This record gives sequence, C-alpha cells and structure tokens, in this order.
Amino acid sequence: MAVEKEYKVIGTRPIRHDGVDKVTGRALYGADYQAAGLLHGRVLRSPHAHARIKSINTSRAEAYPGVKAVVTAGDLTASQDKIVDLGEGAVNLKFMCDNILAREKALYQGHAVAAVAALNGHIAEEALELIDVEYEVLPPAMEVRAAMQDDAPLVHEDMKTDEMGKASDKSSNIASHFQHKKGDIEKGFAEADVVIEHDYVTGTVHQGYIEPHNASAVYNADGEITIWCSTQGAFNARGQVAEILQHPVSKVKVVPMEIGGGFGGKISVYLEPLAALLSKKSGRPVKVLMSREDVFESTGPTPASYVRVKIGATNDGRITAAEAYIAFEAGAYPGSPVGAAAMCVFSPYKIENGFIDAYDVLVNKPKSNAYRAPGSTNVAFATETVIDEICKKIGMDPIEFRLLNSAKEGDSRVDGPVFPRIGFVETVEAAKDHPHYSAPLEGKYRGRGVATGFWPNFAFQSSVSINVNPDGTISLVEGSTDIGGSRASIAMQAAEVLGISAESVHPTVVDTNSVGYTDVTGGSHTTFTTGLAAYEAAQDVKQQMIERAAKLWEVDADEIEFSDGIFRYVNGKEEEIDFKGLAEKLGQTGGPLMGRASVAPSGAGSSIGTHIVDVEVDPETGKVEILRYTATQDAGKAIHPSYVEGQIQGGAVQGIGWALNEEYIYNEDGQMTNASFLDYRIPTTYDLPMIDAVIVEVPNPSHPFGVRGVGETPIVAPPAAIANAIYDAVGVRLTELPMSPERVLKALGKI
Amino acid sequence: MRAFEYTSPKTVSAAADLLAEKGDQARVLAGGTDLIVQVREGKRHLERIVDIKDIPEANVLTCDAQAGLHLGSAVPCYKIYGDKAIASAYPALADSTHIIGGTAIQGRAAVGGNLCNASPAADTIPALIVLEGICVIAGTNGTREVPVEQFCTGPGTTVLENGEFLESLKIPAPKSHSSSFYLRFIPRNEMDIAVVGAGASVVLDDAKESIVSARIALAAVAPTPLFAEEASALLAGRSASDESAIEEAAEAAKAIARPISDMRGSAEQRVHLVGVLTKRALNGAIQRVKES
Amino acid sequence: MPDKVHVKTVINGEAVEFLCEPRDSLLEVLRDNLMLTGAKEGCNNGNCGACSVILDGRLVNSCIVLGAEIEGKEVETVEGLAEHNKLHPIQDAFLENAALQCGVCTPGFLMAAKALLNENPNPTEHDVRFWLAGNLCRCTGYDKIVRAVLDAAETMSTEVNV
Repeated sequence: MAVEKEYKVIGTRPIRHDGVDKVTGRALYGADYQAAGLLHGRVLRSPHAHARIKSINTSRAEAYPGVKAVVTAGDLTASQDKIVDLGEGAVNLKFMCDNILAREKALYQGHAVAAVAALNGHIAEEALELIDVEYEVLPPAMEVRAAMQDDAPLVHEDMKTDEMGKASDKSSNIASHFQHKKGDIEKGFAEADVVIEHDYVTGTVHQGYIEPHNASAVYNADGEITIWCSTQGAFNARGQVAEILQHPVSKVKVVPMEIGGGFGGKISVYLEPLAALLSKKSGRPVKVLMSREDVFESTGPTPASYVRVKIGATNDGRITAAEAYIAFEAGAYPGSPVGAAAMCVFSPYKIENGFIDAYDVLVNKPKSNAYRAPGSTNVAFATETVIDEICKKIGMDPIEFRLLNSAKEGDSRVDGPVFPRIGFVETVEAAKDHPHYSAPLEGKYRGRGVATGFWPNFAFQSSVSINVNPDGTISLVEGSTDIGGSRASIAMQAAEVLGISAESVHPTVVDTNSVGYTDVTGGSHTTFTTGLAAYEAAQDVKQQMIERAAKLWEVDADEIEFSDGIFRYVNGKEEEIDFKGLAEKLGQTGGPLMGRASVAPSGAGSSIGTHIVDVEVDPETGKVEILRYTATQDAGKAIHPSYVEGQIQGGAVQGIGWALNEEYIYNEDGQMTNASFLDYRIPTTYDLPMIDAVIVEVPNPSHPFGVRGVGETPIVAPPAAIANAIYDAVGVRLTELPMSPERVLKALGKI
Repeated sequence: MRAFEYTSPKTVSAAADLLAEKGDQARVLAGGTDLIVQVREGKRHLERIVDIKDIPEANVLTCDAQAGLHLGSAVPCYKIYGDKAIASAYPALADSTHIIGGTAIQGRAAVGGNLCNASPAADTIPALIVLEGICVIAGTNGTREVPVEQFCTGPGTTVLENGEFLESLKIPAPKSHSSSFYLRFIPRNEMDIAVVGAGASVVLDDAKESIVSARIALAAVAPTPLFAEEASALLAGRSASDESAIEEAAEAAKAIARPISDMRGSAEQRVHLVGVLTKRALNGAIQRVKES
Repeated sequence: MPDKVHVKTVINGEAVEFLCEPRDSLLEVLRDNLMLTGAKEGCNNGNCGACSVILDGRLVNSCIVLGAEIEGKEVETVEGLAEHNKLHPIQDAFLENAALQCGVCTPGFLMAAKALLNENPNPTEHDVRFWLAGNLCRCTGYDKIVRAVLDAAETMSTEVNV
C-alpha cells in the first residue's frame, strides 16, 4: 500500500493550528470552564489504604452554608457485576462504579468516599471536613509478592483467580494468571552457552501530567447530561459515564476541552460521574477539580512490578531461549497492563523458545492505569539489562547482538502475533551510525549504555468529516483529543491528499454529538488511525470534487484527473481548475460538499526505538547525571517531524525520570508520603541535556503514508539504557527502579 | 483553605500588636512560599496573617565593610545572590539563596522566612550559622538578639514568643582571608528539599596555608539545623591542605548527626552524606579563600 | 468569616479593582474573579510553575501569592504578552520550535522566559535550564523549550540592535 514518494505537506514543519491559542492563554482547558451559577465540587477521600466503611453521615456538611449538594455511593444506582466493553477491553461495571465512590470498603488511600458541591472551592473543602465517616481500618496488601501469598490481606474477599481463562475456586489477590509458550524452552536453555537470570523490581510511577483531572457537568431536567472535561477520549468518557450512571448513552454528551497531558492516565473517568450527580442534585452546573495530591493518590498510576527474566545465548551471540515471570500490581481492581507487558517482554527479538508466566495482582493502591507503552518499560528494564550482561559475558558489542537477534518480517512473538515489516534493524543501525556511539567517553565514573524499546501500537477506530469552504480551505472535524499536536498531523494528511497547504485545513476537535465514534488518543493510534480517517475523508472529498468538475465541464467524471492540487480534463479539452477555484464554484455545481470517513483499520505497525545514553556516577553520593542522550525510533513516516521528535524527547525524559527518581513512597500504613511535585520528582530542565531524536522511517505497509504511531515507544528503553550505562561507569548492576542515589550507594557498598 | 484575616501593618509595633492579640492563631507573612502552602494544606490553622512587607525595618538591606550585613527578614532571596557585594562577602548565603526552590520561589521567599519556618532542612540556616548570623527579634516590649544557631527549637518551632517576630538578621563583616560555602545533596539538580545540607566557613592565616578557625553547620540531620561545634573546633591550627584534618572534621560532624529516615532519604544515607558534604563544603570554602 | 478585601492593582497595564477573600490566591483571583485563565493550576504549592506570572517585575508562582497582597502592584500574565495582535518573540519562538505539546505548562514557561530575558538578554543553555527549573513540562523533555528560549533571545537582541 505504501510507496516511497515525494510529499508536499507531509514531512514539513508547519505551525500547529492550535498554536496561537496555546501561546496566548486563550486555549480553554477543562479547569477553565465557566458558567453562570457554577458550583465548585471537591471530593472526600479515604485516608486509609484499606478500611471497611461502617457509616457515612453527611448531615453536617449538607447543613453548612453555601453547600448545595452532597453525594455518596448511595447516590449511584446500585452497582452490579456486569461485564461491559468500552472499546479498551472488558471491565466489570461494579468495579468501575466502586472506584468512583467507595461502597463497602475503601480500597486505597485516596479512594473517593463522598463529594460536595458548594458556592466556591473553599466552602466545598470546609464541608468535606464535616462529613463523618466511620472506618474499620484493615491491614493493607501493599506489595505484589506479599499480596500473592496465602496469608495476605484480601483486597476483595470474594475474588477468585482467573486461572488460564477459567475461574478457580480459591479466594486470592491474584486476579488472573496466564501464560504464553513458544518452542521448547528446556531444549533452548540446554543449547545455551551462557544463561543469565535476575529478579527486577520497579516502583509505582505516575504519568505526571501537569494538568490535574477536572470535570464540569450540567444535568438538565430532561435528563440530558453535558460534560466538559479534559479527557483522552470523549466517546470513551461518554461510555463510562453512561454505564456508571446507568443512563442512556445518547443522553450523555461529552465536550472535550483542551487537555493538559494524559499519557494514558486520562482515559478512565473519576470526576465526570460525580459532577453529573452533583449537578442533578443541585440543579446547577458543577465543576469538580482534583488537587495535585488527589491526582497522585486517586488516579491510576502505572503499577509496581516484580519481574524475573532468564535468557540463554550461545557464545556467538544467538539467543536460544527466554523465560519471564511477570507479576504486576493491578491496584484495587483487576486490570494491570500485565497483558501488554507479556506482549513486549521479549519483542522485538527473534525468540524460538520462549515462556512467559504472568500475574495480575490486587493490592491496596489506586487502580492502575495505562502509562505510555504500559507494561513495556517494566519488562524492558529486565530483558534489556540481561541482554547487556550476556553481551559483556560473551564479549559482544550490544549493537551487534541486537542486529544478530532482531525479529524481522514473518517472525512471531512469543505471545503469537507475526511481525509485518518492522524497523528494529534500522533503528539499531541508526544508533550504530550516530556519532554518539563512537564518540570517546573519558572520565573515571562515566559510562555508556544501550537499550531498545518496543511497543506493538494499536489501531482502534476513528471518524473524520471534512467540509469544503468557498475560499478553497477545508474544515476538518475530528473526535481525537489533541494532546500533543495531532490537529496538525491529522490535518496535514488531508492536505496532502487534496493538494492544499497545511494552513488551508482548519481542524476542530468536537463533542460526541458532532462527529462519528472515535477512540481515545492513546495506544499510539491517533496519527495512524485518525490520520487514516482524514486521508479517507479527503479521498471522499476529492472524488466528489471530481464529480463537481465533471458537472462544471459537462464531461464524465472518469475523464478527470487530480494531481498536484489541480483537476484536469484528460481527453482533448484543455480544462483545468485548482482546488480553490473549484471550491468557489460549489454553489453552482450542486451545493455544499462534505466528505467523511469512519475507519477501523488493522496493522498499526509496531514501533521500535534504540537509545544510547552516557552517564556520570558520583561514587560518593550515588547520584547519576545524564551527560548525553540519543534516541532513534522508527516512525514509519513522520508527518510533522518536529512533533515526532517531541514525542521521542518527551518519552525519553519520562523514562529518565522513571529510571532515576520517580516512585510512590508509602509508609507502613499504606499511605503515600510523597504526593506532590516536590517529592515525586519528575525531571526538570536542569536535570537534562538536549535529547537527540533520530527519526528512522521504515514505512508501515498498512498506512497510505506509511505512518506508525510514535508516542509510546520512547519511554521504554531509558531505564535499561541507564542501568547499562551505570554498569559501564562503576561496575554494578542495579535491578530496582528507580535507581535512586541511595540504591546506587548501596550497590556500591558505600552504605 | 480555611478563612483568615489579612493585615499589612506599616510599623514594627503595629505588627507586634496584631500578632500578640491572636497568639498562635496569627503568623507573619513574608514571601509566603511556605506559609500559604501550610495553611492551604491544613497544616496550620490561622485566624490572622500579618504581612510584614510594608514594614521598613523588615526590608532593610545594607552591606557595610565594618558593620557587616543587615538583612530585613522580608527581603527575598534574589536580592541577596543578585547583589555582587553581598554574594562575594557572604558566599555561603549566596549559595543557599540561589538554590532554594526555583526562580519564582526566589523572587518571593525570604531568608527570614526560611529561618522562621524552622525546617530542619532549611538551606539558609546552616549558611547563617557558619556566618555567625544574629537574629534581631522585635516584640511588644522592644527588640532582643539571639544567635541563629539558638533560634530554632524543633521542627517548625523557634524561640519567638507571643507577639514577637523576626525583624532582621545581622551578619558580621567577613574577616580577612575568610570565605564560606554551602551545598546540599538532592536527588534532582534543583527544586528539591535537602536530603542533607552542609555549610562551612573558614578563616585562614595570612599565607592562606593554615586554618585559623572554622565553622560547620548541617541541615536535615536533626530536629533543627545543627552547629557542628566540635567538628569546627578541631580544625583550628590545622593545615588547609591537610586532607586528614578535613576527614576528622567530617567524622566529627557525622557523630552529631541524628537523622530520621523519611521519603527524602534514609538515616544511614544521611549520615554518610554528612561526611561527604562536610568535606566538600570545607574544601569549597578553603578553595574560595585561596582564589580570592 | 472575615470581610472581603478590596484590591486596586494593575494587570497587563490596565487598572483593575476586585474584591476577594483574604484566602484567595492571586491565581484564584486571576482565574475565577477576572477570567484570566491563562495561568494554570498544576500543583497549588509552588512546585510546577504552571501559574507563573510576573509581579512588579519578578517571576512568581501566583498560587502562593495572596490576591490581597497585590494592592498597588503590577501583574503581567500571559494574556498581556502579545502586543495587540502581534505575538511576542518568545511566543513566536515557541511556535516555530514546536516547544509545546499539550500546552498547559506553556503560559508559565512563556512568563518565566520573559522574566529571564528581561534580566539576562543573552543567556547560555545552562542559564536557561537553571532559570526554568521551577517550570515543569511533562510532554517535551524540555529540548525544544530550551531551544525556543535561546532563539527568542537571539531574535530579541537582533531586534534591539537594528
């Protein structure tokens, strides 16, 4: 499908369409919503990690001057066990509802217990203090391995393990257990000259978007609910709200406001149903905001994990077998990204003999959520450092090892899927050819590390409609929240088809009543799938425009060609007209013209990146400084290279943060002690060098321009690359994330 | 945030009266970078905030070769490191004010506020201690003076009595062949609270070869910032290039550290860092004298 | 409940009066009372810089300034950065460099960068990185932001020189 060709718009770097709004403060984010009579909502949250709720008395809060509504779990339609599919996999409705407002038990510190709407935020906060909740505090299960033991406190007393797809009869915190097998693992290890096996532990980390969650709602007397929020997917939010409130989906409209980052964390709804319920009770618009502390304690971080990886290889560097044990903390409800982790753990290597044993484990922490390539970073930390150790053992360059063992088109992953054309080899070669890799690195405590990251990418579904304007521009209507420049990357694909400039496209992200169903901006799908919808919608416009030209010239449509933005009559008559000229004549050739497409493609095309990092370790303090960083990644085809680079740089830096400092720190009662941007330490400008992003383009055969999603892969490699660089610098292997100064000091034997 | 009353008196006595009237329900606002956050987070419940930024005595900033530095308690950090004369005479104070929070914090946060907040991890307090700072405390009955190392009594608590507030700080003029240094260990390179902080000042002889006297102070290793008196004393008369002397001082500093383990660092990590940072602070101060 | 405070101030060059509760932060006053929603709340405790504004020429976090404190002072917010409809060179540089993704930290970065260039018209990369350390961005990895600020400095010094 994809062909290498010259593009006019694709590959250029226009100013993004929403740019001026975003540099002038005019862009309206969720928390900027205002309305006459607006009430302000706040949420009361459990201070305990695990507690039975014996009673809730809201009468003092309700009586407090300025308070207009109070809601508790009793205001939710009694929740029930029901499996619902909201496009991102099946979920149990009872769990969804209980996560909005705790009913019998509070399952994590920060679990919502009640919500208040008042005249302003201060009054709402004061009223929260007047809600009397009687708790019976229970011991919490806080760590994945401990939570799997028979004597662990049970998060859900009646939870039965889903054992290889079948319900077992044993109550346990293990929500599910599954395996993938390929080849003969024992034979594979028997063939190995070197076998390396280590245990790895990673902490709970947060997406750390700068904008806290928010939701505003109006619940009209006729039952029409409108919600304004910052969400990665308005349709997905609509579906969740409708299910949680047991309300017809057609009577819920979600208006996506500008969104201040998500990275997977703004897919689940938290505040939206509360805003709607508070509006229903008060009869007024209600805006509910989270504090930063709420964001850390009450939304979905990505889970802590315990991973054991064992890889065997021959002395000439060929992997013979690979085995992984993966246990992820789901949080308070089932559904960690352990499934995705199992897809990624040994991809993109060519593994003939593989075995993956995986567990989704309940603990008394917030229900975990997606975070940029969810699950992949945890397991890549294990696999990519084991591979580095094998390379050191057999004396092979890690780049050469990767080239030798890379999966190629036709190879299958351990979990089954067969790779189409992928760009692993090309990203490794790009790393090898980069001046960074051959640059001398001097200094006693300096080291260089390499690692590769993989993400399968997902396609999902999208819709786009296009209206042709009489001035030769188009209005492009889409449902994909623009979280990092996707208005531009989608508009540019339509512009390319129609032979017009990027600036001649006016993209708008609209509400759920105004465009066809579109999945979340996530899974690295947006530029691929919504871009494909824009491509198809533009093709629809093009075909209709050809018909209009035919009408204008009174010829057959199939005698008209369109190229370089010009419609031409091909048989004899010298008729031609450009897109703008024809757009002006729509009124006289049949009236308004609109194109549309809804797509549900497959073949999102995995994206792979290979990173090189230089570090310096302070052997006295254990602090690791990033000296130089290069990240190569296969983008298939970079539509807007600046924003592709931006994804690579931003993802790499999130990975650096995860590698060095980021983690939830809990006290012995299961309470988070660092729920602020002061002590949950995401990288600052002053912690980093420039990040050299190298775009590799191996076209994705499933997309007309060859696009592969790029958003998620870049976070995967950094922790392993940095661990490998630390080893190169000071000769110790770190096996726990983050590799904080204290852990480095301990590894060095200094404390 | 709970409701409170905002006042902005113009005189020292008016401020003292406003504070005295409400006792522990009133508190001084200078930069507000700690106070406003504490009130918002419910860590302090106040009926009245007394903004002292309109009081001339709290805004004084003079640096005199004889009289030394007179620093009003509401003067924000940027005015200190941004003043070349002050920064060169009191480098440890410049070091510490330059690393508190980010730029926006330094535009508001005051050294006096950092002191009154009495965090064990406060960056400016070790600097003030090694520079022999004196607190000028105003109250309804006039003023009194207290050395900085005696000002804090525990985490968040000070010697200030009801109706008293910190009006200004006085730091003596630097002796010849002296300098100072402050550094801290943090996991990031900015925007963190010290895991451990160490300040040092040294006076060298005319040849800049031996140590006449030294002062060492530590942050985040005890309920209050500590003046490491014994560690300081053992350096007098030792060679400035004698690494074993520096090592002994570092060990003596470690001996008085009694840190807690928390989300910013473990006790053993902190004790280890006291040794590392004390050496670095001393060598940094000595280096500065030699370069001057 | 203490009385509201009547505050007279200047915001983006215009005289403004408002009533606020003593506990209202400058950020709350800007956003809720004055509808200037360009400054964002990211942490509400001075650790992210999304609410950065310039107060009497100094960069501050408006979440930890009280509205009552700005009596008689001057405040500059992102809404006042462009002159009429001509973008400030820092705004242009952010657009040209693709120095924003979600954009929620952008107003704070723009104001912080303006304060930096007011004080230091020719910063090094190190200067920029140190000055901006109080402004968190989770999307970009800062690379393009730092380049944008350096580019803006160059543009502005060229403009001054011609």
